[in-house]
Amino acid sequence: MTEKAIIMRAVNKYYGAFHALKDIDLTVDRGERIVICGPSGSGKSTLIRTINQLEAIESGTIIVDEIELTAGGDNVTKVRQDVGMVFQSFNLFPHMTVLENCVLAPMKSRKVSRTEAEATARQYLERVKIPEQADKYPAQLSGGQQQRVAIARALCMKPRIMLFDEPTSALDPEMVKEVLDTMIDLAREGMTMLCVTHEMEFARAVADRVIFMDKGVIVEENAPDAFFNNPVNERLQNFLGQIA
Amino acid sequence: MIREFTSAEVLFIVMAVRWTLILSAIAFLGGALGGLLIALTRTSASKGLRRMAAGFIQVFQGTPLLMQLFLVYFGLAVVGLPINPLLAAAVALTLHASAYLGEIWRGAIEAVPSGQSEAASALSLSYRDRMRHVVLPQALRLAIAPTVGFLVQLIKGTSLASIIGFTELTRAGQIINNATFQPFLVFGTVAALYFILCWPLSLLARHMEARMRRAITR
Repeated sequence: MTEKAIIMRAVNKYYGAFHALKDIDLTVDRGERIVICGPSGSGKSTLIRTINQLEAIESGTIIVDEIELTAGGDNVTKVRQDVGMVFQSFNLFPHMTVLENCVLAPMKSRKVSRTEAEATARQYLERVKIPEQADKYPAQLSGGQQQRVAIARALCMKPRIMLFDEPTSALDPEMVKEVLDTMIDLAREGMTMLCVTHEMEFARAVADRVIFMDKGVIVEENAPDAFFNNPVNERLQNFLGQIA
Repeated sequence: MIREFTSAEVLFIVMAVRWTLILSAIAFLGGALGGLLIALTRTSASKGLRRMAAGFIQVFQGTPLLMQLFLVYFGLAVVGLPINPLLAAAVALTLHASAYLGEIWRGAIEAVPSGQSEAASALSLSYRDRMRHVVLPQALRLAIAPTVGFLVQLIKGTSLASIIGFTELTRAGQIINNATFQPFLVFGTVAALYFILCWPLSLLARHMEARMRRAITR
Protein backbone atom coordinates (compact mmCIF):
# COMPACT_ATOMS: atom_id res chain seq x y z
CA MET A 1 0.00 0.00 0.00
CA THR A 2 1.36 3.39 -0.92
CA GLU A 3 1.26 5.73 2.03
CA LYS A 4 0.11 8.99 0.53
CA ALA A 5 -0.97 11.64 3.02
CA ILE A 6 -2.32 14.07 0.46
CA ILE A 7 -3.10 13.76 -3.23
CA MET A 8 -4.18 16.82 -5.20
CA ARG A 9 -5.10 16.40 -8.85
CA ALA A 10 -5.83 19.21 -11.32
CA VAL A 11 -7.08 21.52 -8.59
CA ASN A 12 -8.51 24.86 -9.72
CA LYS A 13 -9.68 27.68 -7.49
CA TYR A 14 -11.17 31.01 -8.50
CA TYR A 15 -12.02 34.16 -6.53
CA GLY A 16 -14.59 35.60 -8.92
CA ALA A 17 -12.63 36.13 -12.11
CA PHE A 18 -9.24 35.75 -10.40
CA HIS A 19 -7.69 32.34 -11.05
CA ALA A 20 -5.99 31.65 -7.70
CA LEU A 21 -4.90 28.02 -8.25
CA LYS A 22 -4.21 26.69 -11.73
CA ASP A 23 -4.25 22.92 -12.28
CA ILE A 24 -2.36 22.12 -9.12
CA ASP A 25 -0.97 18.58 -8.90
CA LEU A 26 0.71 17.70 -5.65
CA THR A 27 1.33 14.45 -3.80
CA VAL A 28 2.59 14.39 -0.24
CA ASP A 29 3.98 11.21 1.31
CA ARG A 30 3.23 10.28 4.89
CA GLY A 31 5.82 11.85 7.15
CA GLU A 32 7.00 14.23 4.47
CA ARG A 33 7.82 17.84 5.40
CA ILE A 34 7.08 20.37 2.71
CA VAL A 35 7.80 24.08 2.71
CA ILE A 36 5.88 26.28 0.30
CA CYS A 37 7.13 29.74 -0.55
CA GLY A 38 6.45 32.37 -3.14
CA PRO A 39 5.53 36.05 -3.52
CA SER A 40 2.33 37.33 -1.90
CA GLY A 41 -0.71 36.55 -3.99
CA SER A 42 0.97 33.49 -5.50
CA GLY A 43 -1.70 31.17 -4.06
CA LYS A 44 0.45 29.43 -1.46
CA SER A 45 -1.92 30.11 1.45
CA THR A 46 -4.90 29.30 -0.73
CA LEU A 47 -3.26 25.98 -1.62
CA ILE A 48 -2.95 24.75 1.96
CA ARG A 49 -6.37 26.14 2.87
CA THR A 50 -7.97 23.89 0.23
CA ILE A 51 -6.58 20.82 2.03
CA ASN A 52 -9.02 21.24 4.95
CA GLN A 53 -11.56 23.01 2.74
CA LEU A 54 -11.36 26.40 4.37
CA GLU A 55 -11.39 27.26 0.67
CA ALA A 56 -13.70 25.26 -1.59
CA ILE A 57 -12.28 24.39 -4.99
CA GLU A 58 -13.98 24.75 -8.37
CA SER A 59 -12.55 21.65 -10.00
CA GLY A 60 -10.12 18.83 -9.36
CA THR A 61 -9.72 16.16 -6.68
CA ILE A 62 -8.21 16.30 -3.20
CA ILE A 63 -7.68 13.09 -1.25
CA VAL A 64 -6.46 13.38 2.33
CA ASP A 65 -5.62 10.20 4.25
CA GLU A 66 -7.51 8.22 1.65
CA ILE A 67 -10.64 10.30 2.23
CA GLU A 68 -11.85 12.15 -0.83
CA LEU A 69 -12.50 15.67 0.40
CA THR A 70 -14.48 16.68 -2.64
CA ALA A 71 -16.86 13.69 -2.45
CA GLY A 72 -19.22 15.38 0.01
CA GLY A 73 -20.99 13.72 2.93
CA ASP A 74 -19.19 14.20 6.23
CA ASN A 75 -15.82 13.74 4.55
CA VAL A 76 -14.91 17.36 5.28
CA THR A 77 -15.42 16.81 9.01
CA LYS A 78 -13.36 13.60 8.93
CA VAL A 79 -10.53 15.30 7.07
CA ARG A 80 -10.57 18.26 9.45
CA GLN A 81 -10.28 15.90 12.42
CA ASP A 82 -7.12 14.52 10.84
CA VAL A 83 -5.59 17.81 9.70
CA GLY A 84 -4.43 20.43 12.19
CA MET A 85 -3.91 24.03 11.14
CA VAL A 86 -1.89 26.91 12.56
CA PHE A 87 -2.64 30.44 11.36
CA GLN A 88 -0.57 33.56 10.94
CA SER A 89 -2.71 35.47 13.45
CA PHE A 90 -2.98 32.56 15.95
CA ASN A 91 -6.79 32.74 16.06
CA LEU A 92 -6.99 31.54 19.63
CA PHE A 93 -10.45 31.93 21.17
CA PRO A 94 -10.01 35.04 23.35
CA HIS A 95 -12.93 34.32 25.69
CA MET A 96 -11.50 30.94 26.75
CA THR A 97 -8.46 30.03 28.79
CA VAL A 98 -5.55 28.24 27.16
CA LEU A 99 -6.80 24.92 28.52
CA GLU A 100 -10.36 25.54 27.31
CA ASN A 101 -8.99 26.43 23.88
CA CYS A 102 -7.26 23.06 23.82
CA VAL A 103 -10.13 20.84 25.02
CA LEU A 104 -13.04 22.34 23.05
CA ALA A 105 -12.56 20.52 19.75
CA PRO A 106 -11.54 17.12 21.19
CA MET A 107 -14.65 17.19 23.41
CA LYS A 108 -17.10 18.46 20.80
CA SER A 109 -15.79 16.85 17.64
CA ARG A 110 -14.00 13.72 18.87
CA LYS A 111 -16.41 13.27 21.82
CA VAL A 112 -13.53 12.73 24.24
CA SER A 113 -14.34 13.10 27.97
CA ARG A 114 -13.26 16.30 29.73
CA THR A 115 -10.82 14.43 31.98
CA GLU A 116 -9.13 12.79 29.03
CA ALA A 117 -9.13 15.98 26.95
CA GLU A 118 -7.56 17.97 29.78
CA ALA A 119 -4.89 15.33 30.34
CA THR A 120 -4.04 15.40 26.62
CA ALA A 121 -4.05 19.19 26.60
CA ARG A 122 -1.65 19.43 29.55
CA GLN A 123 0.63 16.91 27.88
CA TYR A 124 0.81 18.98 24.67
CA LEU A 125 1.19 22.25 26.56
CA GLU A 126 4.13 20.60 28.26
CA ARG A 127 5.54 19.69 24.88
CA VAL A 128 5.33 23.26 23.58
CA LYS A 129 6.93 24.28 26.90
CA ILE A 130 4.14 26.38 28.42
CA PRO A 131 2.37 24.06 30.90
CA GLU A 132 2.20 26.85 33.49
CA GLN A 133 0.02 29.05 31.23
CA ALA A 134 -2.92 26.62 31.07
CA ASP A 135 -5.32 28.79 33.07
CA LYS A 136 -4.44 32.13 31.49
CA TYR A 137 -6.32 33.88 28.73
CA PRO A 138 -4.65 34.31 25.33
CA ALA A 139 -4.38 38.10 25.75
CA GLN A 140 -2.14 37.54 28.79
CA LEU A 141 0.47 35.71 26.69
CA SER A 142 3.18 36.93 24.32
CA GLY A 143 2.78 36.36 20.59
CA GLY A 144 5.24 33.48 20.61
CA GLN A 145 3.44 31.82 23.52
CA GLN A 146 0.08 32.30 21.79
CA GLN A 147 1.34 30.62 18.65
CA ARG A 148 2.70 27.72 20.69
CA VAL A 149 -0.72 27.37 22.33
CA ALA A 150 -2.24 27.36 18.84
CA ILE A 151 0.10 24.52 17.88
CA ALA A 152 -0.79 22.60 21.06
CA ARG A 153 -4.51 23.21 20.40
CA ALA A 154 -4.18 21.70 16.93
CA LEU A 155 -2.16 18.74 18.26
CA CYS A 156 -4.83 17.96 20.86
CA MET A 157 -6.98 16.64 18.01
CA LYS A 158 -4.18 14.12 17.36
CA PRO A 159 -3.93 15.03 13.69
CA ARG A 160 -1.85 13.06 11.21
CA ILE A 161 -1.10 16.12 9.10
CA MET A 162 -0.29 19.68 10.18
CA LEU A 163 -0.73 22.79 8.02
CA PHE A 164 1.12 25.98 8.90
CA ASP A 165 0.05 29.22 7.23
CA GLU A 166 2.90 31.72 7.76
CA PRO A 167 3.09 30.84 11.47
CA THR A 168 5.90 33.29 12.27
CA SER A 169 4.98 36.26 10.05
CA ALA A 170 3.02 38.08 12.77
CA LEU A 171 5.67 37.57 15.45
CA ASP A 172 8.31 39.91 16.78
CA PRO A 173 11.76 38.70 15.66
CA GLU A 174 12.81 37.51 19.11
CA MET A 175 9.79 35.18 19.27
CA VAL A 176 10.25 33.55 15.89
CA LYS A 177 12.82 31.08 17.16
CA GLU A 178 10.68 29.58 19.95
CA VAL A 179 7.92 28.84 17.44
CA LEU A 180 10.30 27.44 14.83
CA ASP A 181 11.93 25.23 17.48
CA THR A 182 8.52 23.83 18.34
CA MET A 183 7.88 23.13 14.66
CA ILE A 184 11.29 21.51 14.23
CA ASP A 185 10.56 19.20 17.20
CA LEU A 186 7.30 18.24 15.56
CA ALA A 187 9.04 17.56 12.26
CA ARG A 188 11.62 15.33 13.96
CA GLU A 189 8.80 13.25 15.42
CA GLY A 190 7.65 12.36 11.94
CA MET A 191 4.57 14.57 11.57
CA THR A 192 3.47 15.18 7.98
CA MET A 193 3.79 18.94 7.59
CA LEU A 194 3.00 21.56 4.99
CA CYS A 195 4.37 24.97 5.90
CA VAL A 196 3.87 28.21 4.07
CA THR A 197 6.80 30.26 5.31
CA HIS A 198 9.64 32.50 4.28
CA GLU A 199 11.89 31.12 7.02
CA MET A 200 14.52 29.62 4.75
CA GLU A 201 16.60 28.37 7.67
CA PHE A 202 13.63 26.29 8.71
CA ALA A 203 13.27 25.00 5.16
CA ARG A 204 16.92 23.97 5.04
CA ALA A 205 16.74 22.34 8.47
CA VAL A 206 13.63 20.20 8.15
CA ALA A 207 12.09 20.25 4.67
CA ASP A 208 12.16 17.17 2.47
CA ARG A 209 10.93 19.26 -0.40
CA VAL A 210 10.58 22.99 -1.05
CA ILE A 211 7.92 24.27 -3.42
CA PHE A 212 7.94 27.63 -5.15
CA MET A 213 4.61 29.04 -6.29
CA ASP A 214 3.91 32.01 -8.50
CA LYS A 215 0.62 33.23 -9.98
CA GLY A 216 -1.30 30.14 -8.87
CA VAL A 217 1.15 27.64 -10.36
CA ILE A 218 3.75 25.35 -8.76
CA VAL A 219 6.77 26.65 -10.66
CA GLU A 220 9.54 24.60 -9.13
CA GLU A 221 9.94 21.93 -6.47
CA ASN A 222 13.08 20.27 -5.23
CA ALA A 223 15.02 19.05 -2.22
CA PRO A 224 16.25 22.06 -0.17
CA ASP A 225 19.88 21.88 -1.31
CA ALA A 226 19.08 21.84 -5.00
CA PHE A 227 16.24 24.32 -4.50
CA PHE A 228 18.41 26.96 -2.89
CA ASN A 229 21.72 26.28 -4.64
CA ASN A 230 20.63 25.54 -8.18
CA PRO A 231 17.26 27.19 -8.83
CA VAL A 232 16.24 26.63 -12.43
CA ASN A 233 13.35 29.01 -12.88
CA GLU A 234 14.15 32.68 -13.36
CA ARG A 235 11.29 33.86 -11.14
CA LEU A 236 12.58 31.65 -8.34
CA GLN A 237 16.10 33.01 -8.82
CA ASN A 238 14.73 36.55 -8.47
CA PHE A 239 12.64 35.55 -5.46
CA LEU A 240 15.57 33.94 -3.66
CA GLY A 241 17.67 37.00 -4.46
CA GLN A 242 15.08 39.23 -2.80
CA ILE A 243 14.65 37.30 0.44
CA ALA A 244 18.31 36.36 0.94
CA MET B 1 -69.50 64.61 35.65
CA ILE B 2 -65.82 65.41 35.89
CA ARG B 3 -63.75 63.28 38.24
CA GLU B 4 -60.90 64.60 40.32
CA PHE B 5 -57.35 63.41 39.67
CA THR B 6 -56.89 61.67 43.01
CA SER B 7 -54.71 58.86 44.32
CA ALA B 8 -57.24 56.33 42.95
CA GLU B 9 -56.66 57.67 39.43
CA VAL B 10 -52.90 57.65 39.95
CA LEU B 11 -53.13 54.06 41.18
CA PHE B 12 -55.10 53.08 38.06
CA ILE B 13 -52.33 54.49 35.89
CA VAL B 14 -49.56 52.90 37.97
CA MET B 15 -51.28 49.52 37.80
CA ALA B 16 -51.30 49.76 34.00
CA VAL B 17 -47.49 49.78 34.11
CA ARG B 18 -47.64 46.02 34.49
CA TRP B 19 -49.25 45.66 31.06
CA THR B 20 -46.54 47.82 29.54
CA LEU B 21 -43.97 45.58 31.22
CA ILE B 22 -45.73 42.36 30.20
CA LEU B 23 -46.04 43.50 26.60
CA SER B 24 -42.39 44.64 26.58
CA ALA B 25 -41.26 41.32 28.03
CA ILE B 26 -43.23 39.26 25.51
CA ALA B 27 -41.95 41.37 22.62
CA PHE B 28 -38.38 41.28 23.91
CA LEU B 29 -38.28 37.53 24.53
CA GLY B 30 -40.09 36.75 21.29
CA GLY B 31 -37.88 39.26 19.51
CA ALA B 32 -34.77 37.70 21.02
CA LEU B 33 -35.69 34.29 19.61
CA GLY B 34 -36.77 35.73 16.27
CA GLY B 35 -33.77 38.07 16.21
CA LEU B 36 -31.32 35.21 16.78
CA LEU B 37 -32.93 33.32 13.92
CA ILE B 38 -32.77 36.40 11.67
CA ALA B 39 -29.16 37.13 12.63
CA LEU B 40 -28.06 33.53 11.93
CA THR B 41 -29.99 33.47 8.66
CA ARG B 42 -28.54 36.83 7.69
CA THR B 43 -24.98 35.52 8.22
CA SER B 44 -25.55 32.05 6.75
CA ALA B 45 -23.71 30.65 3.75
CA SER B 46 -26.85 30.48 1.61
CA LYS B 47 -27.51 33.53 -0.54
CA GLY B 48 -31.24 32.77 -0.73
CA LEU B 49 -31.61 32.65 3.06
CA ARG B 50 -29.56 35.82 3.49
CA ARG B 51 -31.84 37.65 1.04
CA MET B 52 -34.98 36.42 2.77
CA ALA B 53 -33.77 37.67 6.15
CA ALA B 54 -32.67 40.97 4.61
CA GLY B 55 -36.14 41.37 3.08
CA PHE B 56 -37.79 40.76 6.45
CA ILE B 57 -35.57 43.33 8.12
CA GLN B 58 -36.19 45.91 5.39
CA VAL B 59 -39.97 45.55 5.58
CA PHE B 60 -40.06 46.02 9.34
CA GLN B 61 -37.46 48.78 9.46
CA GLY B 62 -39.02 50.57 6.48
CA THR B 63 -42.60 50.81 7.77
CA PRO B 64 -43.98 52.60 10.84
CA LEU B 65 -44.56 50.43 13.90
CA LEU B 66 -48.12 51.81 13.99
CA MET B 67 -48.84 50.37 10.52
CA GLN B 68 -47.41 47.03 11.62
CA LEU B 69 -49.77 47.08 14.60
CA PHE B 70 -52.75 47.93 12.38
CA LEU B 71 -51.89 45.25 9.85
CA VAL B 72 -51.51 42.53 12.46
CA TYR B 73 -54.60 43.70 14.37
CA PHE B 74 -56.87 43.65 11.34
CA GLY B 75 -54.94 40.76 9.81
CA LEU B 76 -55.93 38.50 12.70
CA ALA B 77 -59.56 38.84 11.59
CA VAL B 78 -58.61 38.11 7.97
CA VAL B 79 -57.03 34.76 8.93
CA GLY B 80 -60.05 33.96 11.11
CA LEU B 81 -58.58 34.60 14.55
CA PRO B 82 -60.51 36.62 17.13
CA ILE B 83 -59.60 40.30 17.35
CA ASN B 84 -57.55 40.54 20.51
CA PRO B 85 -55.52 43.68 21.24
CA LEU B 86 -52.95 41.92 23.46
CA LEU B 87 -52.35 39.16 20.91
CA ALA B 88 -52.10 41.66 18.06
CA ALA B 89 -49.75 43.94 19.98
CA ALA B 90 -47.59 41.03 21.11
CA VAL B 91 -47.29 39.60 17.59
CA ALA B 92 -46.59 42.95 15.93
CA LEU B 93 -44.02 44.04 18.54
CA THR B 94 -42.34 40.61 18.42
CA LEU B 95 -41.94 40.86 14.64
CA HIS B 96 -40.71 44.42 14.99
CA ALA B 97 -38.20 43.47 17.70
CA SER B 98 -37.04 40.43 15.68
CA ALA B 99 -36.11 42.68 12.78
CA TYR B 100 -34.22 45.22 14.89
CA LEU B 101 -32.48 42.72 17.18
CA GLY B 102 -31.69 40.58 14.14
CA GLU B 103 -29.91 43.52 12.54
CA ILE B 104 -28.06 44.46 15.76
CA TRP B 105 -26.90 40.89 16.29
CA ARG B 106 -25.95 40.39 12.65
CA GLY B 107 -23.59 43.32 13.08
CA ALA B 108 -22.17 41.79 16.27
CA ILE B 109 -21.68 38.38 14.63
CA GLU B 110 -19.92 39.96 11.67
CA ALA B 111 -17.70 41.97 14.01
CA VAL B 112 -16.18 38.73 15.34
CA PRO B 113 -13.02 38.28 13.22
CA SER B 114 -13.44 35.65 10.48
CA GLY B 115 -10.29 33.92 11.76
CA GLN B 116 -12.27 32.75 14.78
CA SER B 117 -14.76 30.88 12.68
CA GLU B 118 -11.96 29.57 10.44
CA ALA B 119 -9.97 28.25 13.37
CA ALA B 120 -13.10 26.55 14.71
CA SER B 121 -13.82 25.04 11.29
CA ALA B 122 -10.23 23.85 10.96
CA LEU B 123 -10.69 22.10 14.33
CA SER B 124 -13.63 20.28 12.72
CA LEU B 125 -16.26 21.92 14.93
CA SER B 126 -19.76 21.77 13.44
CA TYR B 127 -21.66 24.96 12.53
CA ARG B 128 -23.66 24.57 15.73
CA ASP B 129 -20.59 24.24 17.97
CA ARG B 130 -18.76 27.04 16.11
CA MET B 131 -21.65 29.40 16.74
CA ARG B 132 -22.45 28.24 20.25
CA HIS B 133 -18.94 28.08 21.70
CA VAL B 134 -16.85 30.43 19.57
CA VAL B 135 -18.76 33.10 17.63
CA LEU B 136 -21.89 33.88 19.66
CA PRO B 137 -20.16 34.28 23.06
CA GLN B 138 -17.88 36.88 21.49
CA ALA B 139 -20.73 38.54 19.57
CA LEU B 140 -22.82 38.69 22.75
CA ARG B 141 -20.31 40.96 24.45
CA LEU B 142 -20.45 43.38 21.54
CA ALA B 143 -24.24 43.22 21.37
CA ILE B 144 -25.21 43.80 25.00
CA ALA B 145 -25.09 47.60 25.03
CA PRO B 146 -27.06 48.17 21.77
CA THR B 147 -29.53 45.45 22.82
CA VAL B 148 -30.33 47.22 26.08
CA GLY B 149 -30.59 50.46 24.10
CA PHE B 150 -33.15 48.82 21.83
CA LEU B 151 -35.09 47.54 24.84
CA VAL B 152 -35.65 51.18 25.85
CA GLN B 153 -37.01 51.90 22.36
CA LEU B 154 -39.25 48.85 22.63
CA ILE B 155 -40.73 49.88 25.99
CA LYS B 156 -41.58 53.29 24.58
CA GLY B 157 -42.88 51.62 21.41
CA THR B 158 -45.48 49.66 23.38
CA SER B 159 -47.32 52.97 23.89
CA LEU B 160 -48.59 52.62 20.31
CA ALA B 161 -50.57 49.54 21.37
CA SER B 162 -52.94 52.03 23.05
CA ILE B 163 -54.20 52.95 19.58
CA ILE B 164 -55.55 49.45 18.94
CA GLY B 165 -57.25 49.59 22.33
CA PHE B 166 -54.82 47.67 24.53
CA THR B 167 -54.90 49.15 28.04
CA GLU B 168 -51.28 49.62 28.89
CA LEU B 169 -49.74 52.72 30.45
CA THR B 170 -50.58 55.23 27.71
CA ARG B 171 -54.14 53.97 27.22
CA ALA B 172 -54.70 54.08 30.98
CA GLY B 173 -53.63 57.73 30.86
CA GLN B 174 -56.08 58.44 28.05
CA ILE B 175 -58.92 56.81 30.00
CA ILE B 176 -58.17 58.86 33.13
CA ASN B 177 -57.76 62.03 31.08
CA ASN B 178 -61.15 61.50 29.43
CA ALA B 179 -62.69 61.40 32.92
CA THR B 180 -60.70 64.15 34.64
CA PHE B 181 -59.79 66.59 31.80
CA GLN B 182 -56.42 67.23 33.42
CA PRO B 183 -54.20 66.35 30.44
CA PHE B 184 -51.03 68.01 31.70
CA LEU B 185 -51.17 66.30 35.05
CA VAL B 186 -52.28 62.93 33.67
CA PHE B 187 -49.80 62.69 30.81
CA GLY B 188 -47.10 64.20 33.00
CA THR B 189 -47.63 61.24 35.35
CA VAL B 190 -47.62 58.80 32.44
CA ALA B 191 -44.41 60.28 31.04
CA ALA B 192 -42.76 60.17 34.46
CA LEU B 193 -43.60 56.47 34.76
CA TYR B 194 -42.05 55.75 31.33
CA PHE B 195 -39.00 57.69 32.43
CA ILE B 196 -38.69 55.64 35.62
CA LEU B 197 -38.75 52.47 33.51
CA CYS B 198 -36.39 53.62 30.80
CA TRP B 199 -33.85 55.82 32.50
CA PRO B 200 -32.09 53.09 34.51
CA LEU B 201 -31.88 50.99 31.35
CA SER B 202 -30.36 53.90 29.41
CA LEU B 203 -27.81 54.36 32.17
CA LEU B 204 -27.06 50.65 32.11
CA ALA B 205 -26.60 50.71 28.33
CA ARG B 206 -24.27 53.69 28.55
CA HIS B 207 -22.29 52.07 31.37
CA MET B 208 -21.89 48.84 29.40
CA GLU B 209 -20.88 50.74 26.28
CA ALA B 210 -18.16 52.54 28.21
CA ARG B 211 -16.97 49.25 29.66
CA MET B 212 -16.97 47.71 26.19
CA ARG B 213 -14.87 50.59 24.84
CA ARG B 214 -12.34 50.19 27.63
CA ALA B 215 -12.18 46.44 26.99
CA ILE B 216 -11.53 47.01 23.29
CA THR B 217 -8.84 49.64 23.75
CA ARG B 218 -7.09 47.63 26.44
